[in-house]
Amino acid sequence: MVIKYLLEKEFKQFFRNKFMPKLVILFPVMIIALMPWATTLDIKNINTVIVDHDVSSVSKELAETVNASSYFKLRDVVDSYEEAMTLVEFGDADLIVEIPAGFGDDLTRAGGSDILAAINTVNSTKGVLGQAYLQSLLQEFSARHVAASSAAALSPSVNISVKNMYNPLLDYKYTMIPGLMMVILVLLCGFLPAANIVQEKELGTIEQINVTPVSKFTFILAKLIPYWAIGLVALSFGFFLSWIIFGMVPVGSVLTIYFFSCLFILTMTGMGLIVSNKSSTMQQAVFVMLFFVMIFIMMSGLLTPVESMPDWAQAIAAFTPTKYLVNVLKCVYLKGSTVADLKTDLIALSVMAVVLNTWAILSYRKNN
Amino acid sequence: MLSVEVSDIRKRYGDTVALDGVSFNVGKGELFGIIGPDGAGKTTLFRIIATLILADEGTATVEGFDVVKDYKELRKRIGYMPGRFSLYQDLTVEENLSFFASVFGTTIKENYYLIENIYKMLEPFRKRRAGKLSGGMKQKLALCCALIHKPDILYLDEPTTGVDPVSRKEFWEMLKKLQQDGITIIVSTPYMDEAVLCDRIALIKEGRFMTIDTPENIRAGFADELWAVRSDRMHELLYAVRSFRGVDNCYAFGETVHFTTFGDGSFSPDALKDRLRAVGHGDIRLERTRATIEDCYMSLARE
Repeated sequence: MVIKYLLEKEFKQFFRNKFMPKLVILFPVMIIALMPWATTLDIKNINTVIVDHDVSSVSKELAETVNASSYFKLRDVVDSYEEAMTLVEFGDADLIVEIPAGFGDDLTRAGGSDILAAINTVNSTKGVLGQAYLQSLLQEFSARHVAASSAAALSPSVNISVKNMYNPLLDYKYTMIPGLMMVILVLLCGFLPAANIVQEKELGTIEQINVTPVSKFTFILAKLIPYWAIGLVALSFGFFLSWIIFGMVPVGSVLTIYFFSCLFILTMTGMGLIVSNKSSTMQQAVFVMLFFVMIFIMMSGLLTPVESMPDWAQAIAAFTPTKYLVNVLKCVYLKGSTVADLKTDLIALSVMAVVLNTWAILSYRKNN
Repeated sequence: MLSVEVSDIRKRYGDTVALDGVSFNVGKGELFGIIGPDGAGKTTLFRIIATLILADEGTATVEGFDVVKDYKELRKRIGYMPGRFSLYQDLTVEENLSFFASVFGTTIKENYYLIENIYKMLEPFRKRRAGKLSGGMKQKLALCCALIHKPDILYLDEPTTGVDPVSRKEFWEMLKKLQQDGITIIVSTPYMDEAVLCDRIALIKEGRFMTIDTPENIRAGFADELWAVRSDRMHELLYAVRSFRGVDNCYAFGETVHFTTFGDGSFSPDALKDRLRAVGHGDIRLERTRATIEDCYMSLARE
């Protein structure tokens, strides 16, 4: 079998490269160990400044409560709103809480008071979440005081008890990690084989292969198999890392993940082949791939849910294989979904794999 | 017996005509040279008869196989050495050779006798990566890799470009030996001095063969009176001679200036010497000379 010799050559070249073998280890480490911390949407330590016009024991207690929360960090207590604003302008604070004069009295005697909260929303997530955190903190705070002062305040109220399904601690990392594994596959199985094939074109070595009896199909297959293997090894390493570092194991079957990953890898290599057919230099291939990969990652639902995108953006996302893999990874990891539960993703990925690879084969035919 | 039969091959890339109706035959065991400058269409022609690209028009058969229909069979019988070094630079000498042997379904051992002379020179570097070899060594390795499956015919596209004169000479000696082993060889080169080493040559210009014959016949066919002149002021010499009465075609030729004269007897060598002395040339040497392939090329290219 000729393919045996071709594979031998590919692996030799791969391991002889100074950088590539390291990449297979380094890449999952960076993605799984580092990225969850960088991409987290949990907002902590919002720098807060309090304008205290009341200066009572209650206002002091509120300041302490704010500071004690891990969401806020009390930078300063000042006398005027202007002073607080200066801190915001210099970037030392993002949240101003203005406590009016007579706040303590109003709260304990009248059972209610007003507070002004102003928040820097340059980072809108920070703004929205900061506001929400502050609201719940104040609610608790006032409830405590009102109840303590007058048991008479027996206003009827609805208590909502929330159960966070599949991610009980609402830890952002748990939703990020499964999705991030997609990034590993995109790079190793989409980017690298495309770049490798174009490199043979650029160096002219493909010329020497083309005059041998080795068929195009065998040649390409020998190019892809190593990257399929490398992608799956890196993915497994990603599983291992997320278990070691974050204690995460998939609720569902690992085999389901491997199955979908293989399907996804096929779509990515198909795309890589098309790009490599149409490019004559490595530079060109890498930039075209980068263009698609950026879109694929951004639209995948990894960073923001696809459902919250406008309709037209959702329509674009429907054509990205990454969207389906991210969904699969999240569902299997957190919910324990099985192949039967993920029919839509199965169909979408299969169709894409077939279409992209057919296209790749046709574009090869055309070139020759 | 014919090894290669090419008939009226045409190929264009967009508006550029690369080959404009090329026809030629190469006999079995012949050493056939394609001589012409860069951009004349040599590589395109090789790529067509090596089954790498398709011609727009015309047919070509190599070793009895059509280059389009029977390309699969043909590929087993061709050894092709492209102009650019295109072996794997990150594999060693030995690995490259055994890789190309195995993709052809053979082993180094089986056809070692064919490359023995050449490979012996590479032996000390067999663990070295191909990318780290010198130009001459790279070329020898490429030749070994093109030969390792014992092809019937060998295509060498500018094998001696960028190679030092000693290695060039060695290389041509190797080709002569391979020819004795019964391998048909087609070689292209921009160096006119290598042309005389071929059995027959084709002079190519802008996608067209100007002539196909033995080097000796081509030289003998040079009809004009050819002179060589040199002086101590070579740069001005070319212009001075060019404007002289009776001089037809005048061009720099190595360390001399070659020129042909009109056949009407209007040229006088003594008058030229006098004229050159008058405009300050010293150390003037003027003599009749025999046409080289380069002179023939220059003469044919003007027509």
